[in-house]
Amino acid sequence: MTATAGTVETAGAQPTEALARWARRNAWSLGLLAFFAALLVFTKFIQPSYGVTGVQGLAISVLPLALAAVAQAIVVISGGIDLSIGSMMALTNVVAASLMLGRSDEFAVVVVVGVLLLGLVLGAVNGALVVLTRVPDIVVTLAMSFVWAGCALLVLKTPGGGSAQWLKDLVLGPLGNEWIPKAAIVLVLIVGLIWWAVRRSRFGLSLYAIGSNQLAAFRSGVSVGRAKVFAYALTGLFAAFAGLSLTASTGIGNPLSGSYTLQSVAAVVLGGVSLAGGRGGAFGPIVAVLILALLRTDMTFLNLNPNLATSAQGIILIGVVMVGTLFQIRRGRP
Amino acid sequence: MTLAATDLLLEATGVSKTYGAVVALKAASLAVRPGEVHALMGANGAGKSTLVKILTGAVRPDSGTIAVRGRPRIVHSPGEARRGGLVSVYQEPALIPDLDIRSNLRLTETPIEPFRHWLRELGVDDLDLLSTARHVPLASLRIIDLARALAIEPDVLMLDEMTAALPANLTERVLEVIGRLRGGDRSVIFISHRLIEIGAVCDRATVLREGETVGVVDVDEGSEERIVELMLGDIVKGLPGRDGRRATGGARATAAKPRLTARNLASGTKLQDVSFDLAPGEVLGVVALEGQGQDELFDVLAGSERASSGELLVDGSPVSFHHPADAIRAGLVFVAADRAEALLMQRSVRENIALPYTARIRSWGPIDLRGEGRTVDAAVATLQIDARAGREVRRLSGGNQQKVTIARWVAGGVKTLLCFDPTRGIDIRTKQQIYVLLRELAEAGAAVLLYTSDLKEIPLVCDRAIVIFGGRVVSEIDAASADETALLRAAYNLRSDALMPEDVAAEAVAGAVGAEVAGPLPDESPASGQPASER
Repeated sequence: MTATAGTVETAGAQPTEALARWARRNAWSLGLLAFFAALLVFTKFIQPSYGVTGVQGLAISVLPLALAAVAQAIVVISGGIDLSIGSMMALTNVVAASLMLGRSDEFAVVVVVGVLLLGLVLGAVNGALVVLTRVPDIVVTLAMSFVWAGCALLVLKTPGGGSAQWLKDLVLGPLGNEWIPKAAIVLVLIVGLIWWAVRRSRFGLSLYAIGSNQLAAFRSGVSVGRAKVFAYALTGLFAAFAGLSLTASTGIGNPLSGSYTLQSVAAVVLGGVSLAGGRGGAFGPIVAVLILALLRTDMTFLNLNPNLATSAQGIILIGVVMVGTLFQIRRGRP
Repeated sequence: MTLAATDLLLEATGVSKTYGAVVALKAASLAVRPGEVHALMGANGAGKSTLVKILTGAVRPDSGTIAVRGRPRIVHSPGEARRGGLVSVYQEPALIPDLDIRSNLRLTETPIEPFRHWLRELGVDDLDLLSTARHVPLASLRIIDLARALAIEPDVLMLDEMTAALPANLTERVLEVIGRLRGGDRSVIFISHRLIEIGAVCDRATVLREGETVGVVDVDEGSEERIVELMLGDIVKGLPGRDGRRATGGARATAAKPRLTARNLASGTKLQDVSFDLAPGEVLGVVALEGQGQDELFDVLAGSERASSGELLVDGSPVSFHHPADAIRAGLVFVAADRAEALLMQRSVRENIALPYTARIRSWGPIDLRGEGRTVDAAVATLQIDARAGREVRRLSGGNQQKVTIARWVAGGVKTLLCFDPTRGIDIRTKQQIYVLLRELAEAGAAVLLYTSDLKEIPLVCDRAIVIFGGRVVSEIDAASADETALLRAAYNLRSDALMPEDVAAEAVAGAVGAEVAGPLPDESPASGQPASER
């Protein structure tokens, strides 16, 4: 959290100035990254054997939640919230697993594309309901979380199904250097490409606009309803990516897979995305997911009761957000 | 050029709109010729804003037709209106706070070079396009908004109360640029409560009253009276006799022990050194340009900020406020310019008025609803609040909302009233009711401190006025004898005998602190333009 304040006079500033500005804008993410680095050092200190396997394990275990956090970040930036992310993940997860069981690799490609489209549709349905019924987003997505969870149980009553080998190979193991997990590459590629395209597009601009000030966005000519449906659809797409990553990493489908929804909200908050909308990005939440996962690992190394670890996670969440806000207040008042 | 009726650039006829039981527009019509600056006038609640919203597609009318260049057109959204050449600039900035200026321009597909050109024309050359809109001062945002609208060269540009909170020098610049648009093939629809601005830039004026178009006036010498007459209808209003109150009010002010005394108050970087005495029965004006420390002064007095140094005395004993509740307990109550800051918009008029009254009862028992009802009813009657839409305050017009914020303090019996620009964006009729009310409160023994961005109000309402410049009190004026020019000069901290060309004024603002103290003001005749008083 750099304090290199001071207003800049003219546009087209020098590179150093542009860098300083970039650092200032991304102060939160950079701070989180520093925190993560410190945490890695701390981990190595308390558990000297932490190394290649640890990093590989971390990457594969955070992949679903990292994608879910990006999904949540998109809709939260647009000023909404999606409580059905976990259920959408479960539904896409079981659909993929049940269709792929015992089928050819070629068919699995069709399944993957189809499941991603399914995610887009699920999200678009959420968005359309929010826009058309004018029921608050938190209510709509909570309700839809039951609907999608029910659908998931209809598809697969108990954990089962399977995954194409190539899909598993896509995320398991290292790529080239043993320190570079495939899961990390996949995450960077998916998020990097889509997020880059979104940020460059007018849609991305509308996303931030409606989250920041809906009335001003409307007056600026943004079609608020359409932008919202887009936001939810994109969230659905990332939820589908997350669901597929579950299929890939576990090799099966589970209709009751985990408590990803609220964890994604926690990661988004910790990742510097304002719950009021309009601020934040995709990078912060991903680092936040890494931090949360590594904290959990460290607590195991320290032989703490795992139930206590969950509680500690909550307290850390409040603490970090509080400290960060203090920094922001200090920066605001020189 | 001679124009037939079919040469109209924009024509709206028989436009109506109702919200539930509230009729916003009954039969509004508006005809704008190419190349003219057309004023849209009307008291608050007359339907100006609704008409603009309909023209820009933000609201769908119940009936009526809108034609652009003779062709009927239905617009469904601001985006569509924008593409069709109808663009409006609103009272509050329409920029996205979390995006930088460049992204904001990209959002509305505004070309950068014309934008820069208009920005320079409007007197802003040093804008950093990469700064986030949230961190740009309000006045600059309005200018950016206007430049953005001008840059896409709309057929019809609508300016809704655009100048309401601009400092005087920027307002002049804006009016100058608008004036230069006259005579082309594009038009401007101009909404403002300031008749001086209408006279300065407008060719014709359409007057709305209670949702109907009641007249179209050619703007020239003497048309002001006619416009005001049309706006107000048959309602005759006036202020209580001024000569009488000046004698009594002024005398009492000097004789009585001050209710509120400020000694060398300072806070933050803006408020440097402010001292004054405020006596019961007195209305003390605060004259200041935008951002001279008046915001901080009122924050300190109302208990929302703590002074970094200086002393505050209420009835002679020193006080220190840690919370607005402390100030309220000491009898200092605050009326803000921004109604949204003060009101619970979704609650009723009654609840809003009763809020401080109820909050004062330090018990957990049930609220005495009947007693509360009596107090509230009395306050509603005193302030003549139009409470037809009383179930939700947000449905009231701006003027009526402001009356509610004043009423809540009157209901509890007010000792010291701190008014920060209470008439901002309010129509003449409600303004006058507020003036009368402030005078009556003072007559009844209350002490009133009034900051206003409309300098005309100072001689109308105040006994004395202090001038704040660069965070310091630079002079004190006998308000009743000062006219607008004298006050403006004082606000710019200029010598009263010097002329005030624009560049000098700008310099004076730039070199704020340490400028010389204004000399005694010439005793010019009081400002006219106000209907003759009755009593």
